[in-house]
Amino acid sequence: MDREMTEPPAETITGAQSLVRALERAGVDTIFGIPGGAILPAYDPLFDSSIRHVLVRHEQGAGHAAEGYALETGKVGVCMATSGPGATNLVTAIADAYLDSVPIVAVTGQVASGVIGSDAFQEADIRGITMPITKHSYLVTDADEIPGVIAEAFHIASTGRPGPVLVDISKDALQASTTFRWPSELAMPGYRPTSRPHNKQIREAARLIAEATKPVLYVGGGVIKSDAAAELKMLAELTQIPVVTTLMARGAFPDSHELHLGMPGMHGTVAAVAGLQRSDLLITLGARFDDRVTGTLESFAPNAKVIHADIDPAEISKNRAADVPIVGDAREVIADLIRALQKQTEEDELTGEYGAWRQYVLGLKRKFQPAYDKPAKGLAPQTVVERLSAIAGPDATYVAGVGQHQMWAAHYIDFERPRQWLNSGGAGTMGYAVPAAMGAKAGNPDRVVWAIDGDGCFQMTNQELATCAIEGIPIKVAVINNSSLGMVRQWQTLFYEGRYSNTDLHTGPEAIGARRLPDFVKLADAYGCVGLRCESEDDLDDVIAKAMSINDVPVVIDFVVERDAMVWPMVAAGTSNDDIKIARDLAPEWEDDDL
Amino acid sequence: MSSHTLSVLVENKPGVLARVSSLFMRRGFNIESLAVGPTEIPEISRMTIVVNVESLPLEQVTKQLNKLVNVLKIVELDSTSAVERELMLIKVKTDLQTRGQVLETVQLFRAKVVDVAQDSVTIEATGDAGKLAAMLNVLEPFGIREIAQSGRVAIGRGSRSITDRTLRAVPGSQAG
Repeated sequence: MDREMTEPPAETITGAQSLVRALERAGVDTIFGIPGGAILPAYDPLFDSSIRHVLVRHEQGAGHAAEGYALETGKVGVCMATSGPGATNLVTAIADAYLDSVPIVAVTGQVASGVIGSDAFQEADIRGITMPITKHSYLVTDADEIPGVIAEAFHIASTGRPGPVLVDISKDALQASTTFRWPSELAMPGYRPTSRPHNKQIREAARLIAEATKPVLYVGGGVIKSDAAAELKMLAELTQIPVVTTLMARGAFPDSHELHLGMPGMHGTVAAVAGLQRSDLLITLGARFDDRVTGTLESFAPNAKVIHADIDPAEISKNRAADVPIVGDAREVIADLIRALQKQTEEDELTGEYGAWRQYVLGLKRKFQPAYDKPAKGLAPQTVVERLSAIAGPDATYVAGVGQHQMWAAHYIDFERPRQWLNSGGAGTMGYAVPAAMGAKAGNPDRVVWAIDGDGCFQMTNQELATCAIEGIPIKVAVINNSSLGMVRQWQTLFYEGRYSNTDLHTGPEAIGARRLPDFVKLADAYGCVGLRCESEDDLDDVIAKAMSINDVPVVIDFVVERDAMVWPMVAAGTSNDDIKIARDLAPEWEDDDL
Repeated sequence: MSSHTLSVLVENKPGVLARVSSLFMRRGFNIESLAVGPTEIPEISRMTIVVNVESLPLEQVTKQLNKLVNVLKIVELDSTSAVERELMLIKVKTDLQTRGQVLETVQLFRAKVVDVAQDSVTIEATGDAGKLAAMLNVLEPFGIREIAQSGRVAIGRGSRSITDRTLRAVPGSQAG
């Protein structure tokens, strides 16, 4: 491959030096990683580099931190690990980034090229292992290829539909002599993502929008990835069409906006779920008809036509056939749609009229706000999240793992801006929150970053509190401690006759027969963090305020909450969205069903 | 379920075959046959993939394949407007009495004998799947000892080439 040089040929350096120079050239300022045998050569020049290396305690933490960094900053996150187990420990985070379209580059050391395939010490075929969960991957055994591969990796990770790229480099390539050549242009004939939408499709979409009587803007994470929140707000206000934001899109449209119906899906609001179900036109922007949104696919939004805009052509008509497919970047699609709709109004005097529909869904929104009963004694987890949101405000970034705490956070935090919400959506990775919060805070130190975690999730990756304390990354962690694997327990309550097989974690107090094992306050203390505990609503605000006042070290709050609280609304797995329940055995009372 | 023949042009880079087969496995697509070989340009290989799917998943198959960074172009070849061939080597039991009949069959199908032993002949036959099946059917009674069969390869009829425009974009290729 002949690449023009943009600078005179430099002195002879090692592959490792070339790697570090390439990462600097790619704009990297932070790497999360752990050294080991095969990647060791790279850590020597890294020692002198302007790049900050954050030494994590487990490679999974490095991977999620890279994700958190990427989501907070909008840049590519970078993690680094050695061969074999170092690399395989990244796998969960890479899979997570793949399912949530997070741009990260994972650099791994590999055994020397001469022994690849011989089951050498700490050898794992990490490229083969990650093939189904990466956007692309490389195995580099020639030092001369390192800068070109790094340049390609960053380009692929950050353009089109973002995603994880793995670069596996053999130890001998890191040690070999080479010269640094940064490619002036990338020759990737098989990689040409489409960002400009097709005019004809836009016009067709505009026509459907004008003809519809019950349209909904079904907004997914792509709107955040493409920084299209401002355009979305313009489109919604221009058309007065109600908006739903998926779990990945919370914050893409302000929760405080009148037209916002909330989150759709298995634990969506009644207004959002019913809005989609009864719609006659889904204007789908950067969303992918995930099973957690659609319920049983056959019964999903049965009377709706579908406009589906996505930057990934393979998402369009994958689960639900699209009437108008639009391949393109969400921001460009929305901007073009706005122009087309305005033109349509001016030239053809064609404007959609959705007043009755809007009244109907906004009525549902008023009537069925997510609600919960406070327990007779003890702390309601929902209250904790509500107060946290009220006190920390929308300027803070909130990072959740997976489970009940995630759903309560999705409902009860007031989301007002994009990138305010980070969570493990597609993969549902327990243990995501603490390291992802660490990555977000490292990427944007001025931001208050709250990890909202469950007691189960927290125990999977809380070793990164040591990293946070030592590296000066003062995140705040709210452990919603119900002493159990709460979401699984909820399913056992609802679908397994309350047989709580292996969901009790004993992290709660003696009062519920638990052993506080571990004691999260002591654990925080052991990790050099401030540990606080809150067991009653009476001191809820004070404890949160105390945590907000500590900005030099990480803070962990053990919120001991009532364990029988459940996430509502809920559409049981394998059922139709029409069967949504707002509490156990309680369906919403529909009115005006003939609308 | 129906069979579709896809011609897939890929960059000749390590791991491409693994990527393609891994994609098929992960997405639950059924490969009937897969043949890979070089093209007139060394930087490009051609895969002929026969998949057994409904038409909607076929669209998914091509879209997912297109997402692979090393995949340059995918064309579905329709059997009415393309030439499709498979190659088969067949070792058939023969004795003095049956050899003549076997050789006659070889002639009928315009195949040829590529090896002979005391008690067997090895036949090389090319054709579409239907012809090869018909020939095997006729040879069956003599006793088939072993078969080796290639995947299907296919090329569109007429002067149009699916490589022309693709190749221009590939660095290092003659057309570039």
